[in-house]
Amino acid sequence: MSSIRIKAKERNGSVDVKTLMKHNMETGLRKKKDGSKIPEHWITDVTAESGGKTVFTAAFNTSISKDPYLAFKFAGNKGDTLKISWKDNTGKTDSAETAVK
Amino acid sequence: MDRRSILKIAGTISAAVAATAAFPRIVFAAYSQKAFKNPSVEDSLNQLFGSNATTPSDDIKLKAPDIAENGAVVPIEVSTSMKADQIAFMVKENPNPLAIVANIPAGTEAMVKTRVRMGKTTQVTAVVSSNGKLYTASKEVKVTIGGCGG
Repeated sequence: MSSIRIKAKERNGSVDVKTLMKHNMETGLRKKKDGSKIPEHWITDVTAESGGKTVFTAAFNTSISKDPYLAFKFAGNKGDTLKISWKDNTGKTDSAETAVK
Repeated sequence: MDRRSILKIAGTISAAVAATAAFPRIVFAAYSQKAFKNPSVEDSLNQLFGSNATTPSDDIKLKAPDIAENGAVVPIEVSTSMKADQIAFMVKENPNPLAIVANIPAGTEAMVKTRVRMGKTTQVTAVVSSNGKLYTASKEVKVTIGGCGG
């Protein structure tokens, strides 16, 4: 299962997008019991595409909460496909697609 | 080295210089380590936008709680009526203040909503880049329990 959950709803030509990504977002500041630091591990880039166009991109820092939530709005129509993908600092990526309701 | 090859090299160099000059922001499109791993608000802005001259603006709406009970999850919302190219969000006294940079292409509304971590009570600032200028809106958020780990 994809790590991304997307809700996209169209209203008056504007698509309201809400998305939740499952990711630990380690800051690199937390310590384990033995005092060693847990290495940082976080989503660096998020991209949203619809109809072959990039409609939104964001760069995250480690100060974004665990399991990041992101909401934005773009001009689109019902039935458009919306693809959201992320990339983290270890090079891992994931993506999910949904149809605009 | 004959004259021809010298000219060739000179041509390549000037082409490379021109390419960098034409796309100074392309560096930012990828992950800009210098802006994010930076303890200073001013330096981060310099790295991101090439300037830290900001103007406070009433046209930016910054929604954040007055008191955040849990600093690990502080909901924020930034929106503006201006034509924005980029929206950035800073938490002043976090180890690295810059939390998020959103790029707003044409056709996308100048709005972004997310949740951030806050180490302690401090000022949060939304920075909007519009027509090459920077506008800000700030708010003080009280944090009961910090959320940066440690």
